[in-house]
Amino acid sequence: MRGIGRYFLFLKNVVSKRERFKIYVHMILDECVSIGIGSLIIVAIVSTFIGAVTCVQTAYNMISPFIPTYIISLIVRDMTLLELAPTITAIVFAGKVGSNIAGELGTMRITDQIDALEVMGINSASFLAMPKIVASLITYPMLVIIAAFLSLMGGYLAGTMTGVITAEEYIYGIRADFIEYNVTFALIKSFVFAFLVASISCFKGYYTSGGALEVGKASTSAVTNSCIAILTADYLLAQLLL
Amino acid sequence: MIEILNIRKSFGDKTVLHGIDGVFEQGKTNLIIGTSGTGKSVLLKCMVGLISPDEGQVIYDGRDFTNADRATITSIRREIGMLFQGGALFDSKSVQQNVIFPLDMLTQMPLDEKLDRVNSALQRVGLENANQKMPSELSGGMKKRVGIARAIVNNSKYLYCDEPNSGLDPQTAILIDELINEITIEYNITTIVVTHDMNSVMGIGDNILYLYEGRKLWEGTNKELFNVDVKEFREFLYANKLMQAVKNQNM
Repeated sequence: MRGIGRYFLFLKNVVSKRERFKIYVHMILDECVSIGIGSLIIVAIVSTFIGAVTCVQTAYNMISPFIPTYIISLIVRDMTLLELAPTITAIVFAGKVGSNIAGELGTMRITDQIDALEVMGINSASFLAMPKIVASLITYPMLVIIAAFLSLMGGYLAGTMTGVITAEEYIYGIRADFIEYNVTFALIKSFVFAFLVASISCFKGYYTSGGALEVGKASTSAVTNSCIAILTADYLLAQLLL
Repeated sequence: MIEILNIRKSFGDKTVLHGIDGVFEQGKTNLIIGTSGTGKSVLLKCMVGLISPDEGQVIYDGRDFTNADRATITSIRREIGMLFQGGALFDSKSVQQNVIFPLDMLTQMPLDEKLDRVNSALQRVGLENANQKMPSELSGGMKKRVGIARAIVNNSKYLYCDEPNSGLDPQTAILIDELINEITIEYNITTIVVTHDMNSVMGIGDNILYLYEGRKLWEGTNKELFNVDVKEFREFLYANKLMQAVKNQNM
């Protein structure tokens, strides 16, 4: 409970007593490149294979001849939008970006760089965490959109190449009974997950104390805590918004 | 001038500072010395506000830093330059970006003016051609000099140095000491150096404050060192043979 309280105090510190907006602009753009572009390849690989696996496994489980084949791609689409694209990508995002953020801030802490900022009269929490959180909020939803597209493409390739579904059936299936709100829901989830991963990782890194061993522990802790927060938020959002 | 009054600090049951008083004058190199674990760095951190003391006051030219509001603390901090033990340079920034950083953050001056200030600060510490180097390309002594340049580039009124000689060879350590001393006189700033290096004590100690187990046991100048009558301080002073030899020669 103490940790959660500290986390909220940290968030208060991040949003209050900010530096001039102009200072953050370049930092946010740099972080967007680092966080967004830097995560693109791993997100692309994971989402393509997840779409492919979902397609093949759904086909494997559909043994009844009364169920039309296009249902396979319909299931791939809904699973991708509702869960796989926002949530699995968030887990990958936590592993890649979260550990990176915690490691970076943790190293800054143990090498006195954060103290140096404080001595200069700069709100170090805001200066360091704000650009990372904002950049995550900007880039993560984009990654989710890309992940969803690539997941559907992965399903298409796996389905058509293995012969479990034809190209026409697949396209028909992903357009059938489409609920637009699912896209909105996925994007809402992506904003929440982006905030959780970035803020928890910043918090863990910012409060690192000790040496190199503790930086490693902070990185691990950032990833595990982010994953728990993502899954908890995933359940709560599903209950609240669906 | 910086004044500290009755600074006390405990961590759990362990009291680290037992009511330290002291006056650190402008234009002088003030040294806080003592054995490892005696509370020097904690005192320094209390003075710059990185740690809140349990009791006592830190007064910067009549302004109470310890009980001030956030705005006053920020304005005083913006007059402070600090050299950290490892330099604390920002790894991702070049030497020039490190030194220009306080100007970018704290001033609205045009870029040309900022670059002039950066170049003159780097020139002052003897690193004219190192602007584009990254911290990973610098030696320990160069990192310290960049740290000093960053600390003085904003015309700081107060300069803190946390063990500026640690990890340096004796020759480079003396150069850093001399640089700190010259800058203190040249810019007429109040400098406080935390150290346990006897070369620094002998070389630049205009005012020395000796801490022992969180208590101030002695205060004076480097010229008064050989007349010390505090047992613990004498043991600290003459722990190495060189100092013993110097003492014997003086006698």
